[in-house]
Amino acid sequence: MENKIYRVGMADAKVTQSPGILTTIGLGSCVGIVLYDPITKVSGLVHIMLPYSNKMSDNSNKLKFADTGIQILIEEMVKIGANPKRLISKIAGGAQMFSSKINSDIMNIGERNAIATKEVLGKLGIPIVAEDIGGNYGRTIEFYSEDGRLLVKTIGYGIKYI
Amino acid sequence: MRDVDINRLNEMYLDILKELGNIGAGNAITALSTMIGKKVNMQVPKVKILDFQEVSDIFGSADTIIVGIYFDLDGDVKGNILFALDIKSAASLIWSLMGLEVKEEFDELEKSALEEIGNIMAGSYVASLSTLTSLNMKISPPAISIDMAGAILSVPAIKYGEISDKILFIETQFIEGEKLIKGDFFLIPDINSFDLILKALGVEVNGK
Repeated sequence: MENKIYRVGMADAKVTQSPGILTTIGLGSCVGIVLYDPITKVSGLVHIMLPYSNKMSDNSNKLKFADTGIQILIEEMVKIGANPKRLISKIAGGAQMFSSKINSDIMNIGERNAIATKEVLGKLGIPIVAEDIGGNYGRTIEFYSEDGRLLVKTIGYGIKYI
Repeated sequence: MRDVDINRLNEMYLDILKELGNIGAGNAITALSTMIGKKVNMQVPKVKILDFQEVSDIFGSADTIIVGIYFDLDGDVKGNILFALDIKSAASLIWSLMGLEVKEEFDELEKSALEEIGNIMAGSYVASLSTLTSLNMKISPPAISIDMAGAILSVPAIKYGEISDKILFIETQFIEGEKLIKGDFFLIPDINSFDLILKALGVEVNGK
């Protein structure tokens, strides 16, 4: 199988088997959540925008939210051979793109997205083995299902594997 | 509280938003022209409604580096404003305003000049909306970010995400001297404020 690259947009998710590559470009306050079954190497990536679906009047797009997005991602991964009990996760994003002078009454959405993501993964018993969260800059991520590495690229804040 | 669904907005509503965009952007460009002391020609602004998936690509690609200048909106109407520019346009503005050639990166002085340009444009934009609707609106000091388009545009996308799967913005293009400057205004009223603006303009939504 060739190293196919699957691009994941906002409120979007993709799954693949090894050696597929999952990427999402320009994560800001959104969170990119990678789930991975290390045995079958079935991998999934969801790009969520908001914390919880039940707090919103319009929750028709399930991939927009941390809770329903992760749920759907697991279902799709199981269909192509993942064992939900073996899943581990890597997460990135949750930045506050505009900070300092602005005194917004709502808590920073990036932080809320990151907290909700951790709560949802925690309830499902999925360990977070690596994370790159927060800050005030964007991130592009690439996940290599072949070996489980997650590449995080930024503008001015370096490039690293987590 | 009624829910406003921008997926279902009718033609009339779009026409009104287009007109608001026209007047708002017209005022913003006039303010800019005064600021730089040069004539600026504006093309008719375009109201665009896109899916989330498409929005990060409006500057070519989600990893294109752009400039975003962001404001909180307060008063009768609450929400946010984002003015987004490509790097070339931002450098052209700096050149027009300060006669400075931007090197590889924007320095602090150039960033604060961009904030000020955004401030004046967003301020006059909001002032014209305020006059039209008789609603009180004021903007916070500006905050700037120079980063990937996807990351910057996720901010308005998330705000819109609370009410819809679409995002609405106003694309403006203007010409200063020989230079074409392209900028996009995202006006993001909070859910309740959306309704308030429409009521102030005498528009009923959701067929009621």
